[in-house]
Amino acid sequence: MESSRGQVPGGGTSGGGGAHPLSRRRFLGAGSASLLTVGLAGLGTGLTACGSGGGAGGGDGKTLTAFVYGDDAVKVQQAGVDRYNKSAAAKKAGGTVKLQKVPGSDYSPKLRTAMGSPSAPDIFFNWGGGSIKPYEEAGKLVDLTDIIEGDPVLKDGFLPSVLAAGDLKGRHYGIPMRGMQPVILFYNKTVFAEHKLQPPTTWDQLLDINAKLKKAKITPFALGGSDVWPELMWLEYLVDRIGGPEVFKRIQDGDAEGWGDPTVLKAAELVKELIDDGAFGSKFTSVSYVNGGAPAVFARGKAAMHLMGSWEYSTQLGKFPDFARSNLGWAAFPTVEGGTGDVRNVVGNPTNYWSINARTKNKDLAVGFLKDCASEAYAQALIDNGDVPTTSNAADLLSSAPNPEYAKFQYDMVQQAPAFTLSWDQALGDGLGTKMHTEIGKLFAGQSSPADFVTACKGLK
Amino acid sequence: MTVAVEKAPTAEKREGRREKRPAHHAHRAGRPHAAWALPGVLFFTFFAVVPMALALYLSFTSWDGLGDPVPVGLDNWRKLLDDPRMTQSLWLTVVLTAASWVFQTVIALLLGVWAAGRQRNRAVLSAIFFVPFLLSSTAIAILFYALLDPNFGIIQRDTLGSQSGAFLAIVFVGGWQFIPFHTLIYQGGARQIPDVLYQAAAIDGAGRYRQFFSITLPQLRHTITTSTVLMVVGSLTYFETVLILTKGGPGTDTAILPYLMYEAGFKTYDFGYASAIASSLVIAATGLSLVLVRLTGFGTMRSTREGM
Repeated sequence: MESSRGQVPGGGTSGGGGAHPLSRRRFLGAGSASLLTVGLAGLGTGLTACGSGGGAGGGDGKTLTAFVYGDDAVKVQQAGVDRYNKSAAAKKAGGTVKLQKVPGSDYSPKLRTAMGSPSAPDIFFNWGGGSIKPYEEAGKLVDLTDIIEGDPVLKDGFLPSVLAAGDLKGRHYGIPMRGMQPVILFYNKTVFAEHKLQPPTTWDQLLDINAKLKKAKITPFALGGSDVWPELMWLEYLVDRIGGPEVFKRIQDGDAEGWGDPTVLKAAELVKELIDDGAFGSKFTSVSYVNGGAPAVFARGKAAMHLMGSWEYSTQLGKFPDFARSNLGWAAFPTVEGGTGDVRNVVGNPTNYWSINARTKNKDLAVGFLKDCASEAYAQALIDNGDVPTTSNAADLLSSAPNPEYAKFQYDMVQQAPAFTLSWDQALGDGLGTKMHTEIGKLFAGQSSPADFVTACKGLK
Repeated sequence: MTVAVEKAPTAEKREGRREKRPAHHAHRAGRPHAAWALPGVLFFTFFAVVPMALALYLSFTSWDGLGDPVPVGLDNWRKLLDDPRMTQSLWLTVVLTAASWVFQTVIALLLGVWAAGRQRNRAVLSAIFFVPFLLSSTAIAILFYALLDPNFGIIQRDTLGSQSGAFLAIVFVGGWQFIPFHTLIYQGGARQIPDVLYQAAAIDGAGRYRQFFSITLPQLRHTITTSTVLMVVGSLTYFETVLILTKGGPGTDTAILPYLMYEAGFKTYDFGYASAIASSLVIAATGLSLVLVRLTGFGTMRSTREGM
């Protein structure tokens, strides 16, 4: 389902290759950087396709362009734009906002090439943290810290932890604009009931359940291994449960030696045991999440559990509505015996953010648009779409969600979490994140040992 | 088909006349003026030479797509030589190119020769064979990705989950798409072979296999070169199929050079390094085509019918 892909941790860089792959023409049209491939491919087409008009460089400040990840959830942003364009605030600032929906798999490269060109967007969707670091370093972002501090709507509009999760060096560069996306351990209630199982709360219980399921010829876990980012979720949670959030924090802060923490090795070893034990079945390296493979394996009872972002619910609701409504169960990731991480800790994406291009010709108009994200109308639209907003008023809206019980579970999970670790690939940024993906893919495919994995990650730069 | 039969003798007649002329006249007659090449040269300069020069320039810089490229000298090229992934990619590219060549050439050659016959049904079948080539690589890759799904596809095996399986899938899908094109080239080549050769061979008592190996294959040698150059250069730029079918996986098992270039450029935003990979691919492709042309004697522009 499209809406799910908008929220996958890999996002534009890793999420959508399967369903919306780059065509060669689009690949070439990605922007000026595509020049390097043109000579090779012998094709000159698409070079003019990069211009989208109305951008920060060429615009007159009357029409601002906003780049957004183009999936099903984009209707919430479209409604926000329509509402804002008719508002008094927009009239006062003298202009309108135009949304440009970029297909998921193309999002990151398209944004990157556009930001270096005259057709750069004024406002753009991102994953916060490492995903916007290069833009901040290149001086292309508006520092929103003072703007937020000086504006009651923005200052009190969002959960502070979520606002902070998108920060760079303690400064705000983004405004939360989509739902929260914690990673949750989903399970198939029917399968669990048939085999008299309870969701695991400890690692030993998890292994015990695995053994029983395998005896019953059911794969314990669905895993979309060909996408790699679902594999990453296992390491994220294991490292957190074994050594706490500080282990990755150190890596995120730029200390590559942090990969040498015994916690990382232990987590990789547990993963390796799971793989060798057949916890993911024998075909997971060629199963994809984005094309619906892993969700189908899970919904049809071929696999009993699925570690996935909160969007799994809306994915299943789209593909297997009956399963989503009555058989889909959810639980927190179990503790690992001897581990120091709090079981309430969460990994995943706090949310997505809007950031403003420093070169915009109408900052007032852009800031006004960002304020709309703190409005109740915007939060309600997210709720109606099956998301849990990160606005401070979200708790009051949960009862009107398509599944209030699930919405409340998710909200409490994030609200009560002592630590919310941003998906590693997003936290590290595109460069390191991609290289880390490669190493994780090798670990899961059996091409490297846990020790190799640690060594390779230490060498990443 | 009657049209082809009527045309063949006229073509031979013209050929015969030309041979009676003195040699130095023959190669000058009808040769176009250099200015005729101007539009092509301009187009090529703008869309191929300039970007290639830019890529070469970028390969000596560090550039993340934002701001200005920073000159770093030979850093990217040094990295290229030291990168273990580059070594693996190079090897994978060579294997993929070789496997694709064998698979496509054998089938395309046989199909092409067969399709060069004169029966009506062959023309219809040839037209149908050509269909895969008309589809976009992306559409084909998505189609096969669905067919190869380990849980819900037609072959419910972990095809793309092992290196050999993923590799065979890429070679097969690439072949499925490009064999029709090469079949067409071979069909054209085979139709050019004069019937008299076969008639003479038949009188001498040569069977079908003898005729194929002693007449068809040698007569097709320039067609084979043309097709091979296209195939080899094509395999070096093989990209969409890998991106969609395997994303270079499992692990890094199918990360061929063009994919590595894409990853360096559009996933890690290391455009300097990506440009170094791209430049090395251009150099390798040019070198390989030159070697192929030289080795096969294609460049001497001698007709296969010389001395006939």
